[in-house]
Amino acid sequence: MHARDWVKVTRQGIYVEPGDFHIDPLRPVGRAVVTHGHADHARAGHGATLATPETLAIMAVRNGGSLDGGDPLPYGERRTVGGVAVTLVPAGHVLGSAQVVMEYRGQRVVVSGDYKRRRDPTCPPFELVPCDVFVTEATFALPVFRHPDDRHEIARLLGSLAIFPERAHVVGAYALGKAQRVIALLREAGWDRPIFVHGALQALCDLYGAHGVDLGPLRPATAAEKAEMKGEIVIAPPSALADRWSRRLPDPVTAVASGWMRVRGRARQKGVELPLVLSDHADWDELTRTIEEVGAAEIWVTHGRDDALVHYARTRGLHAEALHLEGYEEDPSDATGGGG
Amino acid sequence: MQQFADLLDGLVFMPSRTGKLRLIAHYLETAPDPDRGYGLAALTGDLDLGPAKPGAIRALAEARCDPTLFYLSYDYVGDLAETLALMWRPPPGVNAAPPPLPEVVDTLMAAPRTRTPELLAGWLDRLDATGRWALLKLITGGLRVGVSARLARTAFAQWAGLDLHDVEEAWPCVRPPYAPLFTWAAGGEKPALADVAGFRPFMLANPLEETDVRQLDPAAYAVEWKWDGIRVQVVGRAGDRRIYARSGDDITHSFPDVAAAIDFDGALDGELLVRDADGAPAPFNHLQQRLNRKTVSAALLRKYPAFVRAYDLLQAGEEDLRPHPFAERRRRLEAFLARPRERFDLSPLLPLTAWDDLGRLREEARERRMEGLMLKRWDSVYVPGRPKGPWFKWKRDPLTVDAVLLYAQRGHGKRSSYYSDYTFGVWRGDELVPVGKAYFGFTDEDLRQLDKWIRANTTDRFGPVRQVKPGLVFEVAFDSIHPSPRHKSGLAMRFPRISRIRWDKPHTEADRLETLATLVEAGGGA
Repeated sequence: MHARDWVKVTRQGIYVEPGDFHIDPLRPVGRAVVTHGHADHARAGHGATLATPETLAIMAVRNGGSLDGGDPLPYGERRTVGGVAVTLVPAGHVLGSAQVVMEYRGQRVVVSGDYKRRRDPTCPPFELVPCDVFVTEATFALPVFRHPDDRHEIARLLGSLAIFPERAHVVGAYALGKAQRVIALLREAGWDRPIFVHGALQALCDLYGAHGVDLGPLRPATAAEKAEMKGEIVIAPPSALADRWSRRLPDPVTAVASGWMRVRGRARQKGVELPLVLSDHADWDELTRTIEEVGAAEIWVTHGRDDALVHYARTRGLHAEALHLEGYEEDPSDATGGGG
Repeated sequence: MQQFADLLDGLVFMPSRTGKLRLIAHYLETAPDPDRGYGLAALTGDLDLGPAKPGAIRALAEARCDPTLFYLSYDYVGDLAETLALMWRPPPGVNAAPPPLPEVVDTLMAAPRTRTPELLAGWLDRLDATGRWALLKLITGGLRVGVSARLARTAFAQWAGLDLHDVEEAWPCVRPPYAPLFTWAAGGEKPALADVAGFRPFMLANPLEETDVRQLDPAAYAVEWKWDGIRVQVVGRAGDRRIYARSGDDITHSFPDVAAAIDFDGALDGELLVRDADGAPAPFNHLQQRLNRKTVSAALLRKYPAFVRAYDLLQAGEEDLRPHPFAERRRRLEAFLARPRERFDLSPLLPLTAWDDLGRLREEARERRMEGLMLKRWDSVYVPGRPKGPWFKWKRDPLTVDAVLLYAQRGHGKRSSYYSDYTFGVWRGDELVPVGKAYFGFTDEDLRQLDKWIRANTTDRFGPVRQVKPGLVFEVAFDSIHPSPRHKSGLAMRFPRISRIRWDKPHTEADRLETLATLVEAGGGA
């Protein structure tokens, strides 16, 4: 039997036939397994949603406080669904993010979801699971994407504050994951002043706090006087930066924290003054290292730059193919999903 | 090199002038010598490394990268140098410190061009992605980080606490890495050289409004045409010949024909123009063919011969004439040009008895291809900058057209939450064709209202650009309009700005392309 005989691609996304469930389905289904809480992966309205308790908590916050059909499965616990043994393993992407490890008739297939390999103070690190088929994301699968050290990027932000001490520094960061990680990294770098946050981030910051991620003192930007924010750090969703919301800030330096900021043309087109290359996705080196380390004979690529990664895997003698899944957003600073 | 790379990386994203000045000052404050001198020279364009060709970069990429991955990446990034900078991978084991900027500059200057690729590869192995990007920008020539030479000099002057005019004067006397400038900044002597055709900061005029004219005494002023070329200073000194633009930039290389005719020791202030077939000054867009060129072909020199129409004499031999009144300088200038000189002639004075004559002359300006009139007090001494009172420019009225707003783009920096850059069009048949772009001429209150209107009337979005429902009319003012094959409408405006927002005017009554075409000046095609 080939893995393709039981793991299929449908219009809703990846479908595991013997377990009758979809992974990160794009439309409502009877039973879903959700890898993490970003909107394009965690859509509401499924009959039942199997996910980590953290992911379910995130989905509930984003769904206005509650979620029907939540079926929590903590990291490392095994659940058999229609003969398929399912385990969720940390993916290192955001709080609660998981790889889906599936075992069926002696085969092991791992769906990575979105992941990264580097350290993140806000979530447990990626765990490598050897497997027969590795189904990987490919958001940053071009060799131009090599994310620098986080500390280097945070130092650039603090360096700019030293040069422009009278200007607010507003950092565009996706509301789930990136915002909390930027704050946590700033705390590690010794920035202990209150950080001002856009209203859209507050609930998720609170949720991270409740899960033991200490973000230090946060203040709502909306309630602050303009003059109070001079020389301070403000975190907001990327869409707020060019929005009328930003007019409340004193002569802001516009920063964006995203892996896409690596390409200057892209950052300039968005009017970003201080691009910070901070990504919650694996970069090219992490992707290529991972597909070698999992030891899988087959690599399937879900979304992103599948052409480059498939090419690379083939040059390494692996069987690789693109699943051509659509609907996962490429660049969340253009819209509301994803993670960048 | 790393500090210089960080500077370029900061500048390329910084929209505001003051922000750029601050970044350069920070670099000058923190970078060591002689690095900061070379860094400054790279910004002012004084560093001539004999630029490497894009082909060399492509060859490096092909030698070191998987070709499929390189082309997929290049296709995504869109810029050859940046693609290579981002995907370059040092071979395992290379762990040398990044090369200092002076090492890069000195080595490249000394090495034959054929060694460039090998040197480059060695340095790329030692730099991070930002450092590699900066290095490739440096050696391919033209940094394009939005910093003019003048802005770099201004940053130096501000950082050093020196007067910009003094810095501009000193600049032609120094060479990268500018050790004497930094000595001066630290309290030493101002750099000066006896045998350099130095720069003298320009004296500028204030704009004059119709209502101001009557308050001036006609007997106190000399009047000339305001020529439609570029203002230059032509300097000869002991065989050194130079032409400076108003910014203080040395543009001698673009005008070898004029430079070759500098057979005197002295400094002229005048207008650089090109001649048409009849020997008369040609329209500005002819001159444009000669601007911003590193080298000039023989064909261009033949087709657009340049000359200088002089209106002031600042230096004659050893004598600095600037402390003398204009009347005296004018007399000396006329004497200097009394015999015909190759490539130099005299800007005539216009006879004037009453201000009424002046108004009439100004009305003729457009027809005569003049920008307007210049008024200079007979008793004015030549001082740098724009003093109030001694000199006035009275420009011809701009042309105007009623055009329809088609697209609006988000601004940068303080304007980043406003749609502040406008593309407008006029009617051709029953469609609107874009004819120009403008982003100033309106107040902050106008901008707020325009932003609101644009958000409410958006029909489509392309990144930072919104397409709007035709419905808002701008009165657009512009200095002149020229045929241009690069624009869809076939016309290009010079210096367009929004002069009024016609909230009242139906867009169906905006102007037509045929009307615009009638405003093109005769002989305007280049």
